[in-house]
Amino acid sequence: MERRTIFAGWKLPLLLVAPQLVLTFVFFYWPALVAAYESLTRTDAFGIHVVFVGLANFRDLFADPLYRAAILRTVEFCAAVTALSLGLGLVLAVAADRELRGRNLYRVLMIWPYAVAPAVSAVLWILLLNPQIGLVGRFLIAHGIRWDYALNGSQAMLMVVLASAWKQVSYNFIFVLAGLQSIPKAVIEAARMDGARGLYRFRTVVLPLLSPTLFFLVVVDLVYAAFDTFGTIWAMTQGGPAQATQTLVVKVYNDGVVNLDLGSSSAQSVVLMVGVVALTALQFRFLGRRSGT
Amino acid sequence: MRRSANWLAHSVLILGALLFALPIWLAFCAATLDPAAIDRGELSLIPRLDHIGSFWDVLVHGGPGVPPVWRMLVVSFGMALAIAIGKIVISILSAFAVVFFRFPLRRTAFWAIFVTLMLPVEVRIIPTYAVMGDLHMIDTFPGLAVPLIASATATLLFRQTFAAIPDELVEAARMDGAGPLRFLKDILIPVSAANLAALFVILFVYGWNQYLWPLVVATSPNLDTIVIGIVKMIGIDTSTEWNKVMATAVIALIPPVAVVVSMQRWFVRGLTEGEK
Repeated sequence: MERRTIFAGWKLPLLLVAPQLVLTFVFFYWPALVAAYESLTRTDAFGIHVVFVGLANFRDLFADPLYRAAILRTVEFCAAVTALSLGLGLVLAVAADRELRGRNLYRVLMIWPYAVAPAVSAVLWILLLNPQIGLVGRFLIAHGIRWDYALNGSQAMLMVVLASAWKQVSYNFIFVLAGLQSIPKAVIEAARMDGARGLYRFRTVVLPLLSPTLFFLVVVDLVYAAFDTFGTIWAMTQGGPAQATQTLVVKVYNDGVVNLDLGSSSAQSVVLMVGVVALTALQFRFLGRRSGT
Repeated sequence: MRRSANWLAHSVLILGALLFALPIWLAFCAATLDPAAIDRGELSLIPRLDHIGSFWDVLVHGGPGVPPVWRMLVVSFGMALAIAIGKIVISILSAFAVVFFRFPLRRTAFWAIFVTLMLPVEVRIIPTYAVMGDLHMIDTFPGLAVPLIASATATLLFRQTFAAIPDELVEAARMDGAGPLRFLKDILIPVSAANLAALFVILFVYGWNQYLWPLVVATSPNLDTIVIGIVKMIGIDTSTEWNKVMATAVIALIPPVAVVVSMQRWFVRGLTEGEK
């Protein structure tokens, strides 16, 4: 990564890097410090005195069964969204990788949902699944299923998973297709000549070569499901019924903005940041291995 | 054998295309229906073209609780463009400095930026709001866009692109007497045009689709983006006018989808080359 030819001088480069550094410090490091500080303090009931409480907010947080339930729920939600969107993206990409008539059109048709806002995908799925007006929702009720995601927690969870995964399939499709196309044709040809066919060839030859891409996508999908789905969930269920669809980010918003419990919400932010940094480190190790930097 | 496999692939892809397109088509049809009919559950997959005026209606008059859609479109465009252009500019400059110069604390600067790679705004929402309060940027247009401009992804992508530029090119430019800024403008930016275009698509969509940050930082209806507006419209439980909601949703989809589809080739290449 090091160049041999460079330009002389140090004032100009410092000037060039300054805008990004300033923004990074103001909008990343400063908030992170604020969060860290507030997570260690508590404001009294009248909002006058700020008391230093050490790790008490964190102790309370992890002792709180609601928070532990939210962690578990977030893990389940992320796993479901990742499995569904990656699985579907994989199937569609394998189909689109063939020399088909109209494959360019197919590709456009698979890629455009990338542009749909999470909150808009929620609205579209309400139109499908709402028990009063939804096309599928009414169908279910007409067939004797008690479908009402405003009352039934598991149905609400199913609904936010579907709407969240739907939008993310495109991203997985793009990367898996690119991964498939970077596999040398000679490798596939050799496997074919050895008599490996169909699913067996896919499992033993293609899948191992694809595994770095798949690993990358698992991390990206998990991060998407954990953070970018707030709009989807908030528009559909606001985390309810009860807390059935309250993921960690929804809880941070609820506790911080709606209930104004700054200490707990800051402690939650700190926990999330640590989680994200861990995921980044995981991905960086993987990225580093691939590009050799 | 090959034939049947092709048929299978066609059917899988057609099913996939339907899965993506059907909800949008349904929304388009719903936008042209009578709200009372939707409430009775009489959705249909055939639009009533004589009622297509509902699109014009929300565009000019808005819906319950939200400003006219054209206003929200202006805010969304402004926010998406500010984020896309702002991010591209600051990250080209910083990547250029990090790759083509040696200056004190260069590595520290790079790492300080890099650590923020995956710290999405959702994670730091409350503390960032507090900082915005100190800066008096709550409920302002810069407050919507500027915090989202700071991120490392674009810097990392440009760093990779710039590092792959052959030394000979830099050498040749220097021999011709080009200074660093001239080199940046006349050689580096044209050479990275494809990455730039790809990044523009990704960042425009990212900016357009924001929901949580605008929800927290801007409460004035003047700053409602179209995505915020849609969720506001369905928040009115008792009398949601679904035809207006769906007309607004379809309008909200058009700009980002148009950007992705029209720049599809660059977008896909930029995405898969840079890995995110």
